[in-house]
Amino acid sequence: MRKIFLQRILIALLVSGILMPKAMAQDIVVPTVGRDVNFLGLTPPTPISVTGFTGEVAHVLNFDLTVMGFIEVAPDAAKYSLSGNNTGNVTGQLSFGKNVLLSKIYSGGTSRAQAHRLADEVVLKLTGLNGIAETKIAFKGNSRPGMGEIYIADFDGYNPQAVTRDNTDVAAPCWVPGRLAMYYTSYKLGYPNIFYQNLSTGERQNYAHYAGMNSSAAVSSDGRVAMVLSKTGNPDIFVCDASGKNLKQLTTTREASSPCWSPDGRWICFAAKVAGRRSLFKVPADGGEMVRIPTSGVANPSEPDWSPDGKWIALTAQMGDFSICVVPAGGGSATPLVNGEDPSWAPNSRTLIFVRRGSGGNRMLSLLDVPTKQVKDASRASGSSISNSQPSWAR
Amino acid sequence: MKLTKITNLLVLGSALTITAVGCKTHPQNPTPLPGVRNHIGDQSLIGQAPPINNGPPVDGGTASTTGIPPVYGGDYANWGHDAQTLARATVYFDFDKSAIKASEGSKLDDVANYLKGNPAVALQIEGNCDERGTEEYNRSLGERRALAAREHLVSLGVDPQHIVTITKGEDNPADPGHSEEAWKKNRRDEFIVLTPPKM
Repeated sequence: MRKIFLQRILIALLVSGILMPKAMAQDIVVPTVGRDVNFLGLTPPTPISVTGFTGEVAHVLNFDLTVMGFIEVAPDAAKYSLSGNNTGNVTGQLSFGKNVLLSKIYSGGTSRAQAHRLADEVVLKLTGLNGIAETKIAFKGNSRPGMGEIYIADFDGYNPQAVTRDNTDVAAPCWVPGRLAMYYTSYKLGYPNIFYQNLSTGERQNYAHYAGMNSSAAVSSDGRVAMVLSKTGNPDIFVCDASGKNLKQLTTTREASSPCWSPDGRWICFAAKVAGRRSLFKVPADGGEMVRIPTSGVANPSEPDWSPDGKWIALTAQMGDFSICVVPAGGGSATPLVNGEDPSWAPNSRTLIFVRRGSGGNRMLSLLDVPTKQVKDASRASGSSISNSQPSWAR
Repeated sequence: MKLTKITNLLVLGSALTITAVGCKTHPQNPTPLPGVRNHIGDQSLIGQAPPINNGPPVDGGTASTTGIPPVYGGDYANWGHDAQTLARATVYFDFDKSAIKASEGSKLDDVANYLKGNPAVALQIEGNCDERGTEEYNRSLGERRALAAREHLVSLGVDPQHIVTITKGEDNPADPGHSEEAWKKNRRDEFIVLTPPKM
């Protein structure tokens, strides 16, 4: 009696397709994408097929997955497959062979937002790391030289919003880590000052208005501000609390530029010329001796940005053209990656946004996946804006 | 007998696969996304040129001077700007340099003489770069060029308090072209006479 009953259950399971005799324990997928990333060499992009989506959703998935280290291929060449549709809300299913790893349907938001969320969930499932498809950037948008506004946008350049309406010379926006606030340089009051702006309330403050130039604000995770001031007679690096107290001069190089913080808040890395030679240096944020960070193999390093995981410094090298390079945070051999300038790390410590000059010489923003070297141009803020530059990735 | 063995295998197989596949063949409840994310709390303030509150007071602190400390631009906020009178004194620089070339020295003599002969006016020196450096580097280089000309004028006897400096980086080209000819014209300090506001 019992045997027959058991057999009937098994047959029912077989017929319903849940039971798959061929799928044994060793076919269970353990995601390994991203664990053997070769940061300096070339990691092949992960092949994925993407089927069933149309229009803007298909475009967003392709863009996001390319930027995050995948390559869209035909189903027979794919390691993973993402299928779904967007006739109404976006639905998607991620599979590895016959194993379904993820099955989602979204509601609310725009189609773009749903597609970005799906891309991020695919990346999280396959790499164990958060994606960047829902992150934000800030940048400088000029309508002509010397006239522009500070913008924020989605990481891909879509949905740009001007956060100023001053029609003046602006520069160097920098997010406050973890907050909807930023610092930027503005000539609104006639001379280069650093403003602080709270994007939740709209409130803003003339934060640094010392004699001379106030520019290049960089913010630590606990809100201290590093900046370049020329109040002592030449541009050098200073640091200050968010409250404006405890201003401290950190360098006397007479020509330091582009400070950035180590993620642990202990160091400020910057570019300067010492003994006739342009290099990157770091100085303790509490004061002390500056230390050179070697970037062997490249010349004229500038505009450093320290990765959120603390391991890498991205920089611009100038040897004829500009090159985006990375160097280990302790210094060493610098590796050129792509033509461009002014890099900023994404929160994932693997994607960079940078500036390149399009045809006609106008600056535009572009995205690089460092391990696979895949590049996608961000959308340009349209309307009167003809030059997009100086990006800062919200982290 | 055979059927029992097959049955046992099937039971084993099913126990493994059902655990693995689980409920994931069917979509779970829909994942809601927020509506248009209102990242900016008060939309009405965006694009309205928010007013600027005074920031923290400038902190004197101890500082190591590396040149002649600049003058606060706000001290000359309401003064008139005359770009014509000293237009011919524009001083040019070599690529990536802020040093005043010997060949440009006579122009600075002219500027110094003009200022000494017109003690009521002040001077604004605007430092500029060609487009070839990176943006922040160029903003800094323009500042150094303006400060260098100011130091030179001070060495000729002009009061440093009467000279304001401002960097325009690469944002104020005299020639928007992308050639060596254009770049030469852009690496410059311009001298703007500041005239006192009428009482």
